[in-house]
Amino acid sequence: MPILVKRLIAALVIVLLLIAMNQYMSDEGLFGFGVPPYYARVIMLAGINVILAVSLNLITGFTGQFSIGHAGFMAVGAYASAYLTVYHAQSWEHSLAGIVGATVAHALIFLLAILVGALVAALAGLVVGIPSLRLRGDYLAIVTLGFAEIIRIVILNIDKVGGATGFTVPGYTNFLWVGVFVFLTIGVVYNIVHSDIGRALVSIREDELAAEAMGINTTRYKVLSFVISSALAGMAGVLFGHYTQFLSTNDFQFIRSFEIIIMVVLGGMGSLTGSVFGAIVITLLPELLRRLPGDLSQYRLVVYSALLILIMLTRPQGILGTREFGLSWLKRAQRQPEGDKPVGDSKGVSIAEQGPPSAIDHAKEVENR
Amino acid sequence: MDTFVQQLINGLTIGAIYALIALGYTMVYGILRLINFAHGDIYMVGAFVGYFLAFEFGFSTGPSLMGLSVVLVGSMITAALVGMAIERFAYRPIRKYARMTTLITAIGVSLLIENLFVARLGAAPRAFPQLLREQSYTLFGNAAISKSQILIFLVSVALMLLLQWIIYKTRVGTAMRAVSFNLNSAKLMGINTDFIISFTFALGSALAAAGGVLTAQYNPQIDPLMGIITGLKAFVAAVLGGIGNIPGAVLGGLLIGVAETFVVGYGQNVGVPTTFRDAVAFAILILVLLFRPTGLLGSTVQEKV
Repeated sequence: MPILVKRLIAALVIVLLLIAMNQYMSDEGLFGFGVPPYYARVIMLAGINVILAVSLNLITGFTGQFSIGHAGFMAVGAYASAYLTVYHAQSWEHSLAGIVGATVAHALIFLLAILVGALVAALAGLVVGIPSLRLRGDYLAIVTLGFAEIIRIVILNIDKVGGATGFTVPGYTNFLWVGVFVFLTIGVVYNIVHSDIGRALVSIREDELAAEAMGINTTRYKVLSFVISSALAGMAGVLFGHYTQFLSTNDFQFIRSFEIIIMVVLGGMGSLTGSVFGAIVITLLPELLRRLPGDLSQYRLVVYSALLILIMLTRPQGILGTREFGLSWLKRAQRQPEGDKPVGDSKGVSIAEQGPPSAIDHAKEVENR
Repeated sequence: MDTFVQQLINGLTIGAIYALIALGYTMVYGILRLINFAHGDIYMVGAFVGYFLAFEFGFSTGPSLMGLSVVLVGSMITAALVGMAIERFAYRPIRKYARMTTLITAIGVSLLIENLFVARLGAAPRAFPQLLREQSYTLFGNAAISKSQILIFLVSVALMLLLQWIIYKTRVGTAMRAVSFNLNSAKLMGINTDFIISFTFALGSALAAAGGVLTAQYNPQIDPLMGIITGLKAFVAAVLGGIGNIPGAVLGGLLIGVAETFVVGYGQNVGVPTTFRDAVAFAILILVLLFRPTGLLGSTVQEKV
């Protein structure tokens, strides 16, 4: 079977499954069965977090750039699209409904909102990325964090989008939208990583100077990955805003950026399936800890942070490291029982995680001290 | 002119606190290349330890110099122990791992401390007992300086001089400089690097705790989340001055404190709302880093293959 047909069939199956799931998760339920609203909410937020984590992984995991300002781009997307849906969408939807029918018009308007959110976020990513990506390591981290905070405070001062009182947004997001965009995000990032662009990004992660010496325009590729990642984060912001139906700048404080980076590192930097796992774990963990017995539930966030430290201490390379989880993973596990262990040092792996340590790495390490 | 002097004094007061906290960030970074995100929470812990000491020893009833010194020193010692414990149990086991892992662990420790305090003590702010008879002195014109501000200046300058002395005049300070220069070589020269790192955390935490108690005298409201934004700004101050550079941390702290106060004081005249107070530190940082990528006093490191 040609690969295109295979992929089309896969996409069709996914969409059908998502439609069924969407019905199942909605208030009416599927064939009389439904998910309680609380679970539905957790699943939706997990989906949005998956988009955020996978998109951030493109910057931190594959390009090796240290960005902790993802919440800022999410906020840009959320607010830009909310501006559209609050002030313009109703009249547009009304006139469009006369031509294509109400349901399609509703969907088209939201698609437009998502596109606008992604575009504006991409633009913000470009504006932030071009100056900041000249910086390296921790300096880049703190500048991205700074930009995100500035974005948040600027939004806080725009009265048109609610300012400090918050912004009430119409609800457009349902499970179908989140599901489709989760798959879309994973598909986009997967394809980038497995293209020549991805090779260039990974070479920047491994050794920026060497990559430059090989003729890779490192600045261009770094900005590119930053912009794509911001656009995806903006999309997640659109979905988030139109799901919770209320936007407050408090949702986009730097703790949110930390949360996203925790998902990426926990799952394993440079592993897409890892990011998916990480996002799901970090969304579910605080919810599951609500069930701690009696007095302990008061300490649920304490337990949560303690678990986080514990995971980092025992599995510093993240749950999956740089490996991907998939069907081939099972086969390889059969062939090579110790394939689970990282190459080299058995006590978890540091900078050399991505490959056997080279003389250059060693020299750099010594110099960095 | 009077308001200018007044704003300057207020700005320097806040800046001195930022500087005290920034010193801890910069020292730890200089030695371990670790952004110790839990450092802002140590500042909060310091304030709370001071709060409980004041009640425990009955200093909360009235102002006394004795009470103030006991509370200050007591909270500094306690915070130093807390800082050493954090280093020993959270950071030492992962010292060799990738930077991202240590960063996440630091965030985890920070969340742990915050959540623990919120769970035990509640998130509501508490009033810190007054240990100093508050009084205001008029300088020239109408600018005034309060006793707590004088206290902040005196104590922070004294602590900074003490730190300078420890780092440049003592054996352990020499060892600290050696470790920050090159950890492995220092180890080869027979320096007990684990002890030095531990000592660095103790020093930094004690300074942050002093900052916490001093702030609580100036602005007597403490809550378990007070360390988040202050810690972040102090970290920005450290980066602004050139992270790893001790005079840079002080300079950065003072600069951010003054800039912040000026935005609140004068911003409205030029159309900048006071809510930009929290953004100004980052704006300065970004501007400076664009032109001097290693901060104001940071040395440029030539990158070699």
